[in-house]
Amino acid sequence: MRPFKFSNAGDPATAITLVSANPGAKFLGGGTNLVDLMKEDVMHPSELVDITRLKHADIEKTATGVSIGGTATNSFTANHELIRKNYPLLSMAILAGASAQIRNMATNGGNLNQRTRCTYFYDVNLPCNKREPGSGCGALKGVNRNHAIFGWSEKCVAVYPSDMAVALAALNAVVHVEGRNNAKRTIQFADYHRLPGDTPEKDNNLKQGELITSIDLPTNDFAERSYYLKIRERSSYAFALVSVAAALSLDGNQIKQVRIALGGVAHKPWRASVAEKWLMGKEATESNFRAAAEAELKNARPLEHNKFKVVMAKKAITRALQGAMQGGVYGLEG
Amino acid sequence: MSETGKPISRIDGHLKVTGKAMYSAEFNQPNMAYAFPVRATIAKGRITSLDDTAIKKEPGVISVVSYKNALKLKPLDMPAQAKAGAAFLGENLPPLQDNTVHYPGQFIAVVVAESYEQARAAAYKLKVHYAAEKAATDLKTELPNSKKPTKLMGEEAQVNGGKTATPLATSAHRVDNTYSTPVEHHHPMEPHATVAVWEGTDKLTLYDATQGVGLTGAIAAYFLGLPQENVRVIAPFVGGGFGSKGLWLHTLLVAMAAKAAGRPVKLALTRQMMQTNVGHRAATIQRVALGTDTAGTLKAIRHHTDTYNNLTEFFEPSGKQSLVLYKAPVREVTYNVAKLNRGTPTFMRAPGETPGTFALECAMDEMAYQLKMDPVAFRIANHTTQDPMKGHDFSSEFLVDCYRIGAEKFGWSARSMEPRQKRNGNYLVGYGMATATYPGGRSAASVKVSMTAKGDVTVMTASIDIGTGTYTVLAQTAADALGVPVNRIQVKIGDSSLPAAPLAGGSQTTASIHPAAMEACALLRKELATLAIADSSSKLHGRKPDEIGYADGKLVLIGDDKKTDSYADIMSRARRVEVEACATTLPVSGAGLTVPSALCTPREIPAEQNSDSKHYAFHSFGAQFAEVWVDEDLGTIRVERFTSVQDVGRIMNEKTARSQIIGGVIFGIGAALMEATEYDKRWGSPVVRTLADYHVPVNLDVPPIDVHFIGKADPHISPIGARGIGEIGITGVAAAIANAVFNATGKRVRDLPLTPDKLV
Amino acid sequence: MEDQLKFPDLTDAERKALEELMPDDMSEIITSGLKRRHFLKLITFTGTSLLATHFLGIEQLMARTTAGAPLPPTGVENGVNVAFKVNGSTQKLLVDSRMTLLDALRERLTLTGSKKGCDHGQCGACTVLVDGRRVLSCLTLAATCEDKVVTTIEGLADGHTLHPMQAAFIKHDGFQCGYCTPGQICSAVALMSEAKNGEASYVTRNVRQTGKSVKLSDEEIRERMSGNICRCGAYPNIVDAIREVHGDKAVAQVWQFADGTI
Ligand SMILES: Cc1cc2nc3c(=O)[nH]c(=O)nc-3n(C[C@H](O)[C@H](O)[C@H](O)COP(=O)(O)OP(=O)(O)OC[C@H]3O[C@@H](n4cnc5c(N)ncnc54)[C@H](O)[C@@H]3O)c2cc1C
Ligand code: SF4
Ligand code: FES
Ligand code: FES
Repeated sequence: MRPFKFSNAGDPATAITLVSANPGAKFLGGGTNLVDLMKEDVMHPSELVDITRLKHADIEKTATGVSIGGTATNSFTANHELIRKNYPLLSMAILAGASAQIRNMATNGGNLNQRTRCTYFYDVNLPCNKREPGSGCGALKGVNRNHAIFGWSEKCVAVYPSDMAVALAALNAVVHVEGRNNAKRTIQFADYHRLPGDTPEKDNNLKQGELITSIDLPTNDFAERSYYLKIRERSSYAFALVSVAAALSLDGNQIKQVRIALGGVAHKPWRASVAEKWLMGKEATESNFRAAAEAELKNARPLEHNKFKVVMAKKAITRALQGAMQGGVYGLEG
Repeated sequence: MSETGKPISRIDGHLKVTGKAMYSAEFNQPNMAYAFPVRATIAKGRITSLDDTAIKKEPGVISVVSYKNALKLKPLDMPAQAKAGAAFLGENLPPLQDNTVHYPGQFIAVVVAESYEQARAAAYKLKVHYAAEKAATDLKTELPNSKKPTKLMGEEAQVNGGKTATPLATSAHRVDNTYSTPVEHHHPMEPHATVAVWEGTDKLTLYDATQGVGLTGAIAAYFLGLPQENVRVIAPFVGGGFGSKGLWLHTLLVAMAAKAAGRPVKLALTRQMMQTNVGHRAATIQRVALGTDTAGTLKAIRHHTDTYNNLTEFFEPSGKQSLVLYKAPVREVTYNVAKLNRGTPTFMRAPGETPGTFALECAMDEMAYQLKMDPVAFRIANHTTQDPMKGHDFSSEFLVDCYRIGAEKFGWSARSMEPRQKRNGNYLVGYGMATATYPGGRSAASVKVSMTAKGDVTVMTASIDIGTGTYTVLAQTAADALGVPVNRIQVKIGDSSLPAAPLAGGSQTTASIHPAAMEACALLRKELATLAIADSSSKLHGRKPDEIGYADGKLVLIGDDKKTDSYADIMSRARRVEVEACATTLPVSGAGLTVPSALCTPREIPAEQNSDSKHYAFHSFGAQFAEVWVDEDLGTIRVERFTSVQDVGRIMNEKTARSQIIGGVIFGIGAALMEATEYDKRWGSPVVRTLADYHVPVNLDVPPIDVHFIGKADPHISPIGARGIGEIGITGVAAAIANAVFNATGKRVRDLPLTPDKLV
Repeated sequence: MEDQLKFPDLTDAERKALEELMPDDMSEIITSGLKRRHFLKLITFTGTSLLATHFLGIEQLMARTTAGAPLPPTGVENGVNVAFKVNGSTQKLLVDSRMTLLDALRERLTLTGSKKGCDHGQCGACTVLVDGRRVLSCLTLAATCEDKVVTTIEGLADGHTLHPMQAAFIKHDGFQCGYCTPGQICSAVALMSEAKNGEASYVTRNVRQTGKSVKLSDEEIRERMSGNICRCGAYPNIVDAIREVHGDKAVAQVWQFADGTI
């Protein structure tokens, strides 16, 4: 870890000003990703501004839904009555990630901005365009079983690791950010993270110095029928091979609305819009779920070692939708 | 024996649950500096330049040690090392002696600074240039260049090459398949760490995370050119080892750094370094063929292994169990060993048997299916009561009981032979079993016992407790051998200045040190008896030594328990504040893993009870049973319950013994389901780098584990009758799980680990 | 046995010491609401090691109970002054901005009970309680700890009286090498209050059902303890220990010989 200047921001404006003024500066949330990457020498900010004491840690009802604070912790969010009752999908997704200790530290803003777990990215002696633009992508022709099957480019085949964000994608969340001089803007969740394209070094569309102040969750009628399914190599405390956030609302047995987002398959939470479209207005049956999943995965482009993800994702979509139908009760992943 | 065997809680438990037990990295010294190594970034070649001028100016940097300025160590010299007890190394590569690179991640320099943060930051900045050569990075690619080693740990490596061809060809039933196991890493929770403190120029103390204080001391003394008694190694607590601790030369690196800095220096390896620099279990590709007659009697067993090594002669001996199990008339065990530019493979919990039982015991299951025989019945039908190679009887063997008891406790009869018969919601349910086996070894050991006039007893030996319960069971043994309560006994271990004991490896500690402890206690009682007999005011005055027994802190006249004399009284009348005795026991089969050093009074034990490998074969056995639930859609496997029945001789403490077995089973669950390190062929470096990628089981992966012991003392291994217990628990586990997965799904997965991608 | 308190393995002196040490009202030190009588029973099981420091001959071990006087800082860059409470006492330190809470505890405050297993948030050995919640001290920068209240494994026992979770770990052999143990115990202690708060986990059957406190099934305990890796494989025993403290009643020990004798 290289030397850096540390400060403790008293208020959001100060924090934003400090980080905007120094291209080498970073906000420090729980530190569970940033400190890890700094110890690995993957990231070397010259300045850290601790934002965990700022007043953006609340969870409250708004006119259009619920707003969750950017510096609220993952565990506070997952356990909040408003979230558990109205957005159980989000609670399940957060609780599927990391460990109790990490969720106690991790902030919602930090979670959205966590970086890929691609091991070539982590090993500073190996090439990686995300870490060092132009050095090449180690994973493209390397060991890529954990990598993307959708939306990758020759420049980068990494996947984005967050579970929470997969649920947020399915819930059409809106990210509120604040920049220098009180410049506030909102970003639709689908536009928040990026595909790698030619600039894999950019994970998302946040600008230097912009602070995530809150995330809005629009009102929905999915609370009764949603499910977060996560497949991993051990039963807990591991990142997803494939995960699915699924939410349904029905008219009789007819699908009124459906949301499906996948984790572990792309450089951002992957909205399965083909499958969603396929299902709209159809009967909520297993065979329809399966057909929709087939349709979605037709467009998958697996790499040398991750063809299994295509099969796995199909089955996981079907299973998650079934889980949602059963009222989002845990016990489906084995 | 009232204490031995009792499930008493660990006597060191209090220290461990309060955070007071101290591990190597915690022995901070006044004026101590911190070291951080620099590692090679190529797989093979030479360092062409290493420019440390810039980092020497970094804040806090005290010194930079590399091949350019490192202390010259004694060169490798096997006969001389053997004489010094320093032959047994993790890798034959004394650090920083030249500019060659043998594998990616090799330590090529070490930076010493005022703080850990500064040492790490500076180490990352060292500029090194290399001339890289073409490296061997992949087992399959290198197999055509592999060698057939002739020796394996002193025994013939290639056994009966070609001799099974005919019997297999003429067998009525045959299975012949290839199984593979990946690279696995030990990853004890405590990282390897050393604090080196020089006193003058020729006395060194190392607080080192090691499985053998004696061994580490001997290695350090040899390479640093110091008299053995000038190097003291201290390790009161060691946070697990599993074979990875004690043989690695980063310890020398710290001593060299401390010398260069002129200050005590601490180095704790990072998890990332533990993926490369302290050994691993090499990957294996194993081809196993079995032939039987129509009745299911084995006619031949063939077990061939392809594997690799690097900087030692050691290779994964995965054919071992195929020379011990079952009554086949011919067996052939062979190896091809390639050489890779990869951190050097080493011993890891049940080396050989862990991957080997996976292959053999899956093959046994496949044959049972072909024969339409119950897998338990098939094994019982082919059971052997003798070592099939040597023709010796096993010293003590209850394997058939293990099968029967295991089958009953597990409820094996509820299994259907046909796969895919049992469902539970989304899961397919399957049962599988396998045989467990591991050799029972014993080495020389010395133990000293002292008693104060107040009745406090201290037991001393240079053994180690890596979590196995050494502290506790030694206290139990001494309590019985002296007739005093456990809570009057102190145990001092983990210090090379104590009487020599073997390293904590090969499941030998208990079998080795307890006979010596008993003998030392007997000597101590004899000394007390001599005092009493000579003392006219003793009720035992003038008696013969063999008329005197002991109980409850007293010597007692045999046959007249009114005639007693308490230890305290004997000592106070004789004006002795302390009596002391030390004994060395040496098994007939030799010193084994013990470092040669000054012995105490050698004690003769009748050959019949003394691990005589010319007359008996010493092996532990067991039976492993697993129930798995497989979600075929998602590819996930859940081990739902596990039963393990073990025949390991006498149980010294049922509580700690059970812990050892469940720990072994959990290690096996890891190997079965998730553990694997993959490497990038282009650079040779691991792409599984940390505990985030190298998955070991977490609590949710682990089901209730039902452990049963046969508990019958082995009359021939030692007067104590205990064989080791640390390793057998892992053997057979992966096979039992894979066999259960077959029973559940009808899918035979022959490549470990059974990750979800292999089952969807 | 139920009602009669016995200390079978203790000497008279030890029994007396224990009785003197036992506070009448345990609630201050026991976050789990464990009843006194049960706790005493638990202690009897662990009797042989209750005052066990006496058994070990390594003198160095007797040091550290509370934080030592902070060692003088060496090689501090970008120094940050922090003041925080550790196990009840206020500590003022000048730390390098890069120093983690874990290294501050281990290298500066001589509180080496918290362990470094991976230094990257991947094992849980460094788990401590900060403001009552379990966190990983290896990913917490010391500089962020101003005004925080930190409890480490050294701060759980009350003098010589073990926290019930510590006693239960001894009774159920919830460790082997002991290196993951401080983290496991801190984690388990925090888990008791999370359960009391009704917090959910990934294996909670229905997260929409909220309530005051939850009774943890074995599966719940296993999931919630999955952030603490034990390579020795003490998991089933750890679950037994936690179940005992959480359930307020004795959990049988499960070792046995094949023929049913013990
Ligand atoms: C071993 C391990 C296992 C894990 N497993 C999982 C898992 O299974 N699933 C999962 O989803 N996650 C997992 N995680 C990741 C974890 O969830 C993230 O590290 C965490 O959410 C990041 O939050 P933080 O507050 O600690 O972020 P930090 O590390 O503090 O920050 C991360 C980034 O976000 C920026 N940032 C922080 N807050 C803001 C803000 N308000 N506005 C703008 N930028 C901000 C920082 O500058 C930094 O660049 C795991 C982590 C570890 C270490
Ligand atoms: S996949 Fe992306 S992150 Fe991984 S090596 Fe390639 S460029 Fe780097
Ligand atoms: S040391 Fe902190 S999680 Fe491993
Ligand atoms: S007791 Fe050794 S790691 Fe848990």
